[in-house]
Amino acid sequence: MTTRLRTILLLTPAAAWLLAMLVLPLVVVVVFSFGERAAAGGYSAALTLENFANLGARWAAFKNTLMLAPAGTVLCLLIAYPLAYYLAVKADPKWRTLLLILVIVPFWTSILIRSYAWIYLLGGQGIPKLISTLGLGNPRLINTPFAVLIGIVYGYLPLMVFPIYVSLERLDKRLLEASADLGSPPWRSFLQVTLPLSMPGVATGCMLVFILLMGEFLIPAMLGGGKVFFVGNALVDLFLQSRNWPYGAAVAVALVVIMLVTVTAYMRFTRRWAGGRDDVSLM
Amino acid sequence: MTNRNDFISREKFMAELYRYKKGSVTRRHFLGVTGLGAATAVLGSAMPGLRSAAWAQANIGDRVVLATWPNYHDPANFEAFTTATGAAVDVNVFGSNEEMLAKLQAGGSGWDVFVPTNYTITTYVGEDLIEPLDLSKIANYDAASYNQRFAGPGTVDGTVYAVPKNWGTTGFAVNTAQLGNNPKPTTWKEFWDITMADFSGRTMVHDYQLTTIGNALKYFGYSFNSVDTAELAEAEKLLIDAKPHLFAINSDYQPSMRSGDAWMTICWTGDGKQMNRDMPEIEYVLGKEGGELWSDFYAIPKGAPHMDAAYALINFLLDPAVNAKESLFHGYPTADARVDALLPAEVLNDPILYPAQELLDALEFGAAVTLTDPNRAELMARFKSA
Repeated sequence: MTTRLRTILLLTPAAAWLLAMLVLPLVVVVVFSFGERAAAGGYSAALTLENFANLGARWAAFKNTLMLAPAGTVLCLLIAYPLAYYLAVKADPKWRTLLLILVIVPFWTSILIRSYAWIYLLGGQGIPKLISTLGLGNPRLINTPFAVLIGIVYGYLPLMVFPIYVSLERLDKRLLEASADLGSPPWRSFLQVTLPLSMPGVATGCMLVFILLMGEFLIPAMLGGGKVFFVGNALVDLFLQSRNWPYGAAVAVALVVIMLVTVTAYMRFTRRWAGGRDDVSLM
Repeated sequence: MTNRNDFISREKFMAELYRYKKGSVTRRHFLGVTGLGAATAVLGSAMPGLRSAAWAQANIGDRVVLATWPNYHDPANFEAFTTATGAAVDVNVFGSNEEMLAKLQAGGSGWDVFVPTNYTITTYVGEDLIEPLDLSKIANYDAASYNQRFAGPGTVDGTVYAVPKNWGTTGFAVNTAQLGNNPKPTTWKEFWDITMADFSGRTMVHDYQLTTIGNALKYFGYSFNSVDTAELAEAEKLLIDAKPHLFAINSDYQPSMRSGDAWMTICWTGDGKQMNRDMPEIEYVLGKEGGELWSDFYAIPKGAPHMDAAYALINFLLDPAVNAKESLFHGYPTADARVDALLPAEVLNDPILYPAQELLDALEFGAAVTLTDPNRAELMARFKSA
């Protein structure tokens, strides 16, 4: 068997899978996006740009998503980095595995069920009651953008922790010793050695969380009370309620285009950033 | 004196009943420990209808898939069906007729029985998504004993496509303990006005275009079913103005009403009954201007994978004794006189289940056009995404 044949054989399953599960559905979505809503809902063949011309009617959903998805990503990062740093650098190795398992444990239960728990926690009988009993005011938490943000950070934190943990764990401790030998205080070693070397993990974590958040619909639906509306919620409504599949397809295409643009820009940016630090990525 | 231990003392029975009511023990435990389960099973197997029915002899398979609404069945009846036939009931719950239609339009739903509302049936027939019923396989359906007002929409052009399940109304539930100096609202106008004033942040509306838009139309005195663009524009303005004052847009309102987070909600009969039963301060109100009167049906989608089991399940649930148990459980009336004969007087006189005639007279059945009208669908979407 030639190498070439072996390569083809080994790649065939993945190629077939991608063709059936990614390319074909995407083609259907693009074709639908130029169609018309059938009289009783659904798809009827046509060639019109009207669905794209109407995208403005979902501007609020795009705006919410484009604000809350990056906000959620940044919040995840700010909370996850110190945690990952502690786990990788400071934690006693004999506890490390246990602590890592604790980070994953929430994933063992469906996010749907955990969101119901949050509905109770953020509802009038939960945390707000505790706060008002302590005489610290009477806050409204459930069904607000803040509640959605809490749900997002809670749900996606492990996806941010793990890539950062992996990049920090592989960090060569000798580099830090070298930095200290050269007279650098710990904060400076962190900024000039640890942080740059963990950037691949940060970049991966942010990308994972951001991409998934852009398509999120469950958390806003449950913790936002149907009032905090993401593009994902608009899509669910268009396909399951108003059954305007062509318009839904156009919204989906628009979301894919926005993702392509932001993710490409993000990758360019991070690559340039890493490129500027050639001195440290030598190793 | 015999020393029997196969019966339960009166005190123990009451203690177990109390534990069951408090929710400390399951129904299964209660039925088991009190012997009621065994007694029911014996009675059930002695019922001639259950044994002689054709489906009990034929093999109907091990599964039947039902698409229905939340809080709408007594699980004990499904268990009895499985015991009698060997077919497990696989329940899918939906929040709107639109969602059911979307699933059937997409194809491959895998459902054997679904529960459409009156105004949707002509659309299912038009789209060829619903199976004409072979009434010879539903011996428990006796058309003559049904109130035609509620059974009628199941028949399209002389063909029976659906048999009645329950009927009910769409009003609103209000927690009267939170009203303060406000009088109890009795109209949809008051519903929306109080939402934008003293109840700001405390009102819920359905995530369902028919009832939410319909009852916004009622604010102006228009028909619940209007598809007139000028009238819909007024309703949209009201909905958008009210949106910042809403607690949530969600058809699952019982948890929030019970926890006290929400004080008022658009509400269906049975939910109103279930909440009022546990918390008498939550009252069920029919807006004086009118609103929706509805009737739900059992039907079989085209291409149902377990057709025999579908007929068996419908027939089982329409058995008046079973149907009466359903009604007592979920608090929705049936249109079957044979079922009413089995219900206690306090249920038949309950103003939530059976509202006063002048309130009923003002109500409208949903119209088929609202299900497919693109303007109403898009209005609801704009309201939600605003």
